[in-house]
Amino acid sequence: MASTQELQVQKKRELENKEESTIPVRLFVPVADIYEAEHDLTIILEMPGVEKRNVDILVEDGVLNVEGRLDLTKYQGLQPLYTEYNIGHYARSFRLSSKIDQNKIAAEMKDGVLSLKLPKVEEAKPRSIQIQ
Amino acid sequence: MIAAFADPFDALFNLQRALDGRLMSGWLEDQTASQGPFPPINVFQQGEDILAIIELPGIEKSSIQVQAKEKTIRIAGKKAISFPESASVHRRERMSGEFDRTLSLPIQIDPDRIKAEYRDGILALHLPRAERDKPRTINVS
Repeated sequence: MASTQELQVQKKRELENKEESTIPVRLFVPVADIYEAEHDLTIILEMPGVEKRNVDILVEDGVLNVEGRLDLTKYQGLQPLYTEYNIGHYARSFRLSSKIDQNKIAAEMKDGVLSLKLPKVEEAKPRSIQIQ
Repeated sequence: MIAAFADPFDALFNLQRALDGRLMSGWLEDQTASQGPFPPINVFQQGEDILAIIELPGIEKSSIQVQAKEKTIRIAGKKAISFPESASVHRRERMSGEFDRTLSLPIQIDPDRIKAEYRDGILALHLPRAERDKPRTINVS
């Protein structure tokens, strides 16, 4: 029996927007991991093919919007022979809790993976209480 | 148009590949089957050559192995995801593990001139057609 886990293909989920798109491009929801540590929350998003300069991160009304645009000009003039996945831009939104310090969000992009560090506000950090 | 890649046959071919993968996997041996369906591959024609574009986000460049032999290309590697020990995971959608996939091409390729490029989570393989495989013009005397 194979002892290692074999990777499976994840089907790209298309974004179901309330607004309708005005450009003929698909929008996908990037897969995300979210984990919480003592002082911050980390969101990791996979957006293969998106360059660092084409990522927009916006915090508005307590909602974190992440948008990654694919450079579709690279695909122009290519004739598809065999395809297994679709391409398009990526978009996903997260509602931030009041525990997050919205002014200190940091982002890093590497190999098509966007890491967002969301620090917690001072009041939300765990602290030990001394017994008098 | 690019937005129109999806094909109803894709679902069927994926099923067939998955079934074939099960049959051909050496389930008694301690190794992965080289027929795995991951990573997804798009193949394009670029003049006489072939361009394969593979989505592989978040993988160390050094852990990707590409092997070429005549009409086949093998892509193998490992995708590792780690969480800090003290962290509590709220959502887990990204997948990790090993992959090993062989792609068969309709033409003979020149293994010495293959170029592999990994950038922004995309592996692009430039697969030039072998000179001996190209059609020749014969002069009628």
